[in-house]
Amino acid sequence: MTTNHEIRTGFYICHCGHNIAGVIDVMAVTEYAAKLPFVVVSRDYKYMCSDPGQELIQKDIKELNLNRIVVASCSPLLHEATFRAATAKAGLNQFFMQMVNIRENDSWVHEDKEMATLKAKDLVRAAIHRVAYHKALEKKKVPVNPDVLIVGGGISGITAALTLANAGKKVYLVEKDPTIGGYMAKFDKTFPTLDCAACILTPKMSAVKEHPNITLWSYSEVTKVDGYVGNYTVQVTRKPRYIIEDLCVGCLSCIDACIYKEGKFPSEFDVGLSKRKPVYIPFPQATPLVVVVDRDTCIYFKTGKCPQSCAKACDRNAFDFNQQPEVKEIQVGTVILSTGFKTFDATRAPYYGYGRYPNVFTSLEIERLVNASGPTEGHVLCKDGREPQNIGIIHCVGSRDEKTNKWCSRVCCMYSLKLAHLLKEHTGADIYNFYIDMRTPGKGYEEFYDKLLNEGVHFIRGRVAEVSDWAITHVEEGKLVIRVEDTMIGVVRRIPVDMVVLSVGMEPGDDAQELRRLFNISCSNEGFFLERHPKLAPVDTFTDGIFIAGACQGPKDIPDSVAQAGAAAAQALALIDTGYVELEPNTAFIVEELCSGCRVCVTMCPYKAISYDEEKHKASINEALCKGCGTCVAACGSGAIFQNLFDDEEILSEIKGVLVE
Amino acid sequence: MQSSDTLNEQWTPRIVAFFCNWCTYTASDLAGVSRLRYAATTRVIRVMCSGRIEPSFILEAFVNGADGVLIGGCHPGDCHYSEGNYKCLRRYRLLQRYIEQMGIEKERMRLEWISASEGKRLQEVVNEMTETLVKLGPSHIREVAETIVK
Repeated sequence: MTTNHEIRTGFYICHCGHNIAGVIDVMAVTEYAAKLPFVVVSRDYKYMCSDPGQELIQKDIKELNLNRIVVASCSPLLHEATFRAATAKAGLNQFFMQMVNIRENDSWVHEDKEMATLKAKDLVRAAIHRVAYHKALEKKKVPVNPDVLIVGGGISGITAALTLANAGKKVYLVEKDPTIGGYMAKFDKTFPTLDCAACILTPKMSAVKEHPNITLWSYSEVTKVDGYVGNYTVQVTRKPRYIIEDLCVGCLSCIDACIYKEGKFPSEFDVGLSKRKPVYIPFPQATPLVVVVDRDTCIYFKTGKCPQSCAKACDRNAFDFNQQPEVKEIQVGTVILSTGFKTFDATRAPYYGYGRYPNVFTSLEIERLVNASGPTEGHVLCKDGREPQNIGIIHCVGSRDEKTNKWCSRVCCMYSLKLAHLLKEHTGADIYNFYIDMRTPGKGYEEFYDKLLNEGVHFIRGRVAEVSDWAITHVEEGKLVIRVEDTMIGVVRRIPVDMVVLSVGMEPGDDAQELRRLFNISCSNEGFFLERHPKLAPVDTFTDGIFIAGACQGPKDIPDSVAQAGAAAAQALALIDTGYVELEPNTAFIVEELCSGCRVCVTMCPYKAISYDEEKHKASINEALCKGCGTCVAACGSGAIFQNLFDDEEILSEIKGVLVE
Repeated sequence: MQSSDTLNEQWTPRIVAFFCNWCTYTASDLAGVSRLRYAATTRVIRVMCSGRIEPSFILEAFVNGADGVLIGGCHPGDCHYSEGNYKCLRRYRLLQRYIEQMGIEKERMRLEWISASEGKRLQEVVNEMTETLVKLGPSHIREVAETIVK
């Protein structure tokens, strides 16, 4: 034993209502633990995490003079902080507490009560052995840099940026596209109030641009992240737009002067429904209102044979065809990721004919078509110029399907209703909605559905089998035929329409995996960013100081994205205003007398925390750089490296503890 | 998958499972929250990174009577500490050869990359490994070790 004084351990087992006690024989474990070495007191309690539960521990520490605490309950990832705090409150160093996970790792995953109880006893025995080796440790306090990085300038990123900036914090907002605004900027109206999306969004976009506390870097990407909570060093690469941003005033004379007289390349903003020139702005309210030159389509870049008429038209000399990517390095304390989503690629559901039949559109394309500032100025026409007489809207395209995405995208029912309303308003056509279930949970949502029912929109319940142009009656000729089983009447129906709208679901963005690696966070199975806790920490991640907001965490509508962005900003503010963070003291250290100077550890450390003293022939660890992975400890052949909280004797006692009675 | 709690009524193997804090331990919590049933054979020991796992820990587990050792870490490229899982892999490869020479079947030691979202994978791995160990029967290395000590 490393400690000289007598070890007095208190053991506490939690029933967690029936969560633990329903499977594990709590009384048997209590009695078993009472007989183990050093155990002075062994108790059970209905809910250890409750105030009376914690007070029980504190009372025993004081009255029975306990110096070690073992709590068998849920995962330490959930309540370690709670029981550490309870221990500290009674005057005992918090690191003399060890948790045993008998809920997530035992009662919740086993049905055989006997086996589960046996397992609990093994785990408890290990912890009681281990805790005897624990040492008093102190958490290190490090200051939190008050600046915040927000990645992604859609409605979530904009909201978070404005909230933080209004609270007086300096914000860097990084957006990969030439403009902020995200998907919301593409929409015409928003459900269920039918507000004009641009009217409520663009003032916020301008506010971002004008805010003295916000540095907006559009057309930029995060390329490197180092550091830890409170102290991140981030590298942002600004892609060349071949325009000196500070000089461009957005007069757009250069676009008029381009040697392409008309737009020739598909506009990203109009999802390919209109054409733009190589020199362009995505849309009139683009923020920042700075022109972009697209290197891939510009004649000058492709052939070098363009007279550069655009640059000549610029009376502010804002063009710089030699512009290179510019790398910025910033220091921030916290990060909010609001990188959004992408829509389901409708060609992955080939039975609906997208890409084969010109009059099959995605919902996003229809958003642009019904938009007064869209490619057709709000006129919804078939590709051959006809006004559609009847339109079918197919719900759940790519969603709730074993073959594509299993999840419900949450927004499609509501936006389909919105589009049904707008299409009826714009075209007067007969509108059919094909749905599996109508999902309208939200304030005013069900009422909006009722309104649509009264507007005479048709609703057919059933998953559409296919869309084809194969006519079997003369009514169907020249039409697209939607084949569906109407499950309300139990009949297969064929509905001929002029236009089909595919309500595509939401998917993780293309760069989600890359970003996940960059920021050291996790994704859930389907690829959206994983929150720390699905209910109680929805905007936190497992990496401290990194928060998530909006659809990058999962499908979400605008109100929910805005709410989450506010929550993420509040979490960042909480860290900033505390002013410091306490780091887990699980760092490693080298005992100089034992070090043989072999330098194996130096190569192990990914953080360059280990340096070698050439004169003394000894290695040493810089505690400030060590993140506590323990890789060097495992590599040291001399046994000279120790890790707080995960020392050899602690782990070995646990191994022996789980196995040997 | 059905519960394998009662795979073998006479004898149930014991697996010492070293899980890294960020991926596999979190996956284990997820399996719990999702109530995925699996064999009650594992005894989890949490470490911050799979790179912390020393070969001697694994040998210690076998010598003390473990029938199997399971190591769980983050997928390649996903390590919370950049590359601790690669260090773990190197040691594992070496140790695989070593334990065979000691008379421990190599199936008794298994390294799996299980991410925080793969609770289901954790369930499958534990059940598979339990089945394998039931087929192999108890490990006798503890008795061998004890004889040598005597």
